[in-house]
Amino acid sequence: MSGLMTFLIALAAIAAAGWAFRFTGQKVTGNAPRFRDMAFAVAFGYALGTAVLIWAVWTYVQAQFILPEAEANKYFYFVTAIHGFILFAVLAFLFRLLGRAVGTAGSRKLFRQMPLTASFGVLVILLYTFFAIFAAWLAPHGQEQVFAQANVVPGGNPALGGDPAFPLGTDQIGRDILSRLIYGAQNTVGIAFVTTMIAFLLGGSLGFLAATLRGWVDQSLSRLVDVLMAIPALIFALLLITVASAWVKGTGLTIAMVLIMALIDSTRVFRLARAVGMNIVVMDYIEAAKLRGENLRYIVFREILPNATAPLLAEFGLRFCFVFLTISSLSFLGVGIQPPLADWGTMVKDMSSFINYAAFAPQVSSAPLLAAGAIALLTVAVNFVVDWMLHRSSGLKE
Amino acid sequence: MGEAAANLILHEKKPTGILDSVLKIIAQRLALGLLTLFIVSIVIFAAVNLLPGDFAQAILGQGATPEAVEAIRTDLGLDQHPVKRYMQWLGGALQGDLGSSFAQANFASFVGEDSGVRTSVAQQIAPRFANTMFLAGVTAAIAVPFAVTLGILAALYRNSIFDRATNILTLSSISSPEFFLAYVLILFLAVLNPWLPSLSNIYDGMAFSDRLEKTLLPALTLTLVVTAHMMRMTRAAIINLLASPYIEMARLKGINPMRVIVKHALPNALAPIINVVALNLAYLITGVVVVEVVFVYPGIGQLFVDSVKIRDIPVVQACCLIFAAAYILLNLTADILSIVSNPRLRHPK
Amino acid sequence: METDASKHDDVLVEMKGIWMEGRSDEDWHPIINGVDLKLRQGEVLGLIGESGAGKSTLGLAAMGFCRDGVRISKGSVHFDGIDLLSASSEDKRKLLGKRIAYVAQSAAASFNPAHRLIDQHTEAPIQHGIMTKAESEADGMELYRKLRLPNPDEIGFRYPHQVSGGQLQRAMTAMAMACRPDLIIFDEPTTALDVTTQIEVLASIRQIVEEFNTAAIYITHDLAVVAQMADTIKVLLKGDEVEEAETREMLSNPTQAYTKSLWAVREFQRPAKPAVLTGATPVISVQNVTAAYGKIDVLHDISFDIHQGRTVAVVGESGSGKSTAARCITGLLPPRIGQVELDGASLPLDYRKRDRSQLQKIQMIYQMADTALNPRQTVGDIIGRPVEFYTGLTGKARRKRVEELMDQIELPADQFIDRLPSEMSGGQKQRVGIARSLAAEPNFIVCDEVTSALDQLVAEGILRLLADLQDKLNLSYMFITHDLATVKSIADEVVVMKDGCVVEQGPKAEMFTPPHHAYTDLLLSSVPEMDPDWLTNLLQERGVDNIGDAAVGKMT
Repeated sequence: MSGLMTFLIALAAIAAAGWAFRFTGQKVTGNAPRFRDMAFAVAFGYALGTAVLIWAVWTYVQAQFILPEAEANKYFYFVTAIHGFILFAVLAFLFRLLGRAVGTAGSRKLFRQMPLTASFGVLVILLYTFFAIFAAWLAPHGQEQVFAQANVVPGGNPALGGDPAFPLGTDQIGRDILSRLIYGAQNTVGIAFVTTMIAFLLGGSLGFLAATLRGWVDQSLSRLVDVLMAIPALIFALLLITVASAWVKGTGLTIAMVLIMALIDSTRVFRLARAVGMNIVVMDYIEAAKLRGENLRYIVFREILPNATAPLLAEFGLRFCFVFLTISSLSFLGVGIQPPLADWGTMVKDMSSFINYAAFAPQVSSAPLLAAGAIALLTVAVNFVVDWMLHRSSGLKE
Repeated sequence: MGEAAANLILHEKKPTGILDSVLKIIAQRLALGLLTLFIVSIVIFAAVNLLPGDFAQAILGQGATPEAVEAIRTDLGLDQHPVKRYMQWLGGALQGDLGSSFAQANFASFVGEDSGVRTSVAQQIAPRFANTMFLAGVTAAIAVPFAVTLGILAALYRNSIFDRATNILTLSSISSPEFFLAYVLILFLAVLNPWLPSLSNIYDGMAFSDRLEKTLLPALTLTLVVTAHMMRMTRAAIINLLASPYIEMARLKGINPMRVIVKHALPNALAPIINVVALNLAYLITGVVVVEVVFVYPGIGQLFVDSVKIRDIPVVQACCLIFAAAYILLNLTADILSIVSNPRLRHPK
Repeated sequence: METDASKHDDVLVEMKGIWMEGRSDEDWHPIINGVDLKLRQGEVLGLIGESGAGKSTLGLAAMGFCRDGVRISKGSVHFDGIDLLSASSEDKRKLLGKRIAYVAQSAAASFNPAHRLIDQHTEAPIQHGIMTKAESEADGMELYRKLRLPNPDEIGFRYPHQVSGGQLQRAMTAMAMACRPDLIIFDEPTTALDVTTQIEVLASIRQIVEEFNTAAIYITHDLAVVAQMADTIKVLLKGDEVEEAETREMLSNPTQAYTKSLWAVREFQRPAKPAVLTGATPVISVQNVTAAYGKIDVLHDISFDIHQGRTVAVVGESGSGKSTAARCITGLLPPRIGQVELDGASLPLDYRKRDRSQLQKIQMIYQMADTALNPRQTVGDIIGRPVEFYTGLTGKARRKRVEELMDQIELPADQFIDRLPSEMSGGQKQRVGIARSLAAEPNFIVCDEVTSALDQLVAEGILRLLADLQDKLNLSYMFITHDLATVKSIADEVVVMKDGCVVEQGPKAEMFTPPHHAYTDLLLSSVPEMDPDWLTNLLQERGVDNIGDAAVGKMT
């Protein structure tokens, strides 16, 4: 097991480097508290981080400048990932600068406190929204348009089997991948968004109702939700879709799936809305309103809801991610969004076999990863924004 | 409580009472779990059976011969009352008999002969169930120690570069669909560097090491998914714990940092960590379905998806019941273990 | 016995020009601004100040310790000649627990729930290599005995949640003493306790600190407490030192205006009102009320009257049922037996069955202004809603009425009307709460611990405002409190409650002159006074076994 040996030797070397780093630090700075009280684990961490960084830079330089193209192909994805990372970091940074300079005082203040991850998130969400709304104008071709040229390699380079007319190539039956990706933003994101909205309307209103009314309404709804939540979401969705698929096909099945997902997700929203509502209902100002003789409508809409929006907004982001990922998984399994709608999950499933060409023709295999990456990118973005929102609200509490 | 009352209790030593109350709570939770499972079985059954219309017809489509439809109907007992059918189904399920698959019945009726030797659902599921358990086991064996260690480290060095980097990495991993992670791993570990096989063709009687090798890539994918959740929740639990006054007190007593962690934090962290682990293993269930499809791993998840596509209702029902049971069981375990590891409940007043 | 000269050399802790900062978001803001502190061996220094004065932060800094998000930006801390700020964490750890110990505010949270008391007690001596486990256990029991814990030989073998709050606080003092440290930091050790429990803890802390000649920094916001405990008092205000002097000197001759105003708080007292005419109809009459949460009775046959323009103070310790009595009056908890009369007419027991004019006449002011005001509504809306709801005023008329009300609570309307609760201080929020109840134009207001979450000066302002309003508007108050000083300053009549029963009731003058019911007597005698000899005299008078919970135990 020479691999294991290399690994162990590398680990030992890093440990030694960490020790040396701390030791030199102590000597050079004259035992400054920073080095004196440094645990070995911390020193090891610094050494490990440095080692990984050096490895990454070295590999990048090799792949970009030193190795012949055939061998560098192996590092195509590594290099692309680094380019993507740098590109997005720079874009996010510029976007934040822009946000700090333009806009109202409030929005400028928001951008000033924003970490880079959150500004990346906001930027990506805006981009996706833009593509989703204007898909019909932005996409060069229709989502179901079939061309004679099938299996065109992405990249638009004729020497590698590409075609400038199809910058990201075409799939097995000759549909333009770029157009389908853009339409996918409309379909996949739009459907997930609508589903989450329905889930919030349903689960949210029932949750607040349960929290305000208590008694048997709360009891029966809560027990029902307990039971429904005892079945994992994806499993339950698959079961219900099986049933639905016996009655409806195509677009009808897509609509059925939306309703099923909304129903399943509304149980989670119910739990949250109820918990948030309960926390507010026990407040003295609610008691004061009740003792004043206010009716239920005033209490729910004027006293409870305004205080519930902030926690629910963060949750909306998380629920959206969950619904979006689950719908993508369903599509990937072939029972989610149905043709003729172009959809990222289905695209990954259809083109997954391209992956195996990665070793000699990396461009070919990028098509399914582009679709899957598009899904991941949006969820990462939403998660970054939500993470920052949660961090902010918890910070304000102190 | 006044001290007079406290004195009274001090003299009353009830060694049996301690065990009683914990056992009572555990028994309550167990009963509740069983009840939930029972109701879930009704839900699963009802979802399929209470819809209007002729199911046999819907399954076979318009082109089916009336004989075939009729054969399925009687064969599966669709002509009987739903409640009676449910009792039969549940009774069978309790004895390990999950009925016979539609696909088989369908095939038999089209061929026009009923050989009587059909694979039952149970027979179909059993080997795949074992395979899935193996996959889950390998995943848990990698993910649990890895995630808990990472979580504790991130909590100890919170707000450091390490913590921020893991935060970004785990958020990204949570955000990625399972199939994306799977293909990225295939890309780097199977295609670009041919270290591991990208297809998990597992069969009976293969050597353990071979089996492990073929299982490794799907297990790693699941590990990525589960680790992120588990690590973040562990981190949150530990940070919460480290902020408690008794940890500050231990530090102010001059106890060395290692002992503060081992002696003061860990006994109290056990309950939340166990909870996190069990909850995330329950999360594996969802992940297993997609990952098995990507790697063509012959587990129960793949069977489930295949059956969904051909609308093989008995198999879908059975798989659903198994997944739900596993999910409930893991949640129940989390519940009970955190009761047992809570000192306040172990040593009641 | 040391001479004065040698005492001067015995400096144990010396902090010079300490500046501390705390982090919120990405900014550091000051907490302590250049405070000096000097403590000699065996000396007890009282650190007092209102919330946010930085007393706990300074106390911890004396141990060389900063909480997360706090740092010492300038200055030096020396303990017995050791520079704590530049000492390695290893060296500091050798001092903590061994030579410097800490007693936290909440003993219940500061004991590890997973270990028995004695194991936590012996941990420091064993880890610092001072005693073996057996020695330390024996010593622990001895300390428990000295601190007058019941069953000192057994109590250590229990888990923290099995022991009451007052006992835990003493067990924590014992734990701090385990290595016989030179210095103990007491961080508000009795703040969370009831008065009768507090006195026992105070007595035992003082006794043990004197016995071992331990130096101590005693942090508290309660002047009367610090007067019993400290040799010297240092007053802090928002991170600045106001003044420091020997205790008696400080109590009799404070030099700074702020200190004087703190001292003066306790002197506010309303003139006594003439006795109520016999036969007058009370505004509120609680008659033979028994109430229960679920199946357990928490109030047992209580009766009292509240007359027009009077304040009835309902006093008792936590769990005595005083807030429950208020819930019965407001109708949130309908009594099981008995009734409540408003102006001689019987009220429906459940608030949902009361009509609008009945609801209007009974209003409430809450303890926590934070939870009593909707954080999403402006002051104008909070006060305006009941105006609109009860009087039907809208638009300009409503706004005018709101401005009038804000005038009454002494908040300038032009500055405050558009503010959200988060943009106001605790005292201002409490005033808005008062205005909201006044907006209904009630006859009767329930004040539920309205001053207990506030600093003393602010609390005094609220009490004066309530007294003024009562005179102007002829209001009746039910004043729920656990603080007898508040009772003395504002009440006309007093109702003493214990375990859901009314122990004694009557006019204030009668209640504060003997003879009393035994419990009232104990309650009154347990309230610390500003006299530094008060605790000493009380112990002499009654003996250690007749104070606090020990005495309550004897009563029943």
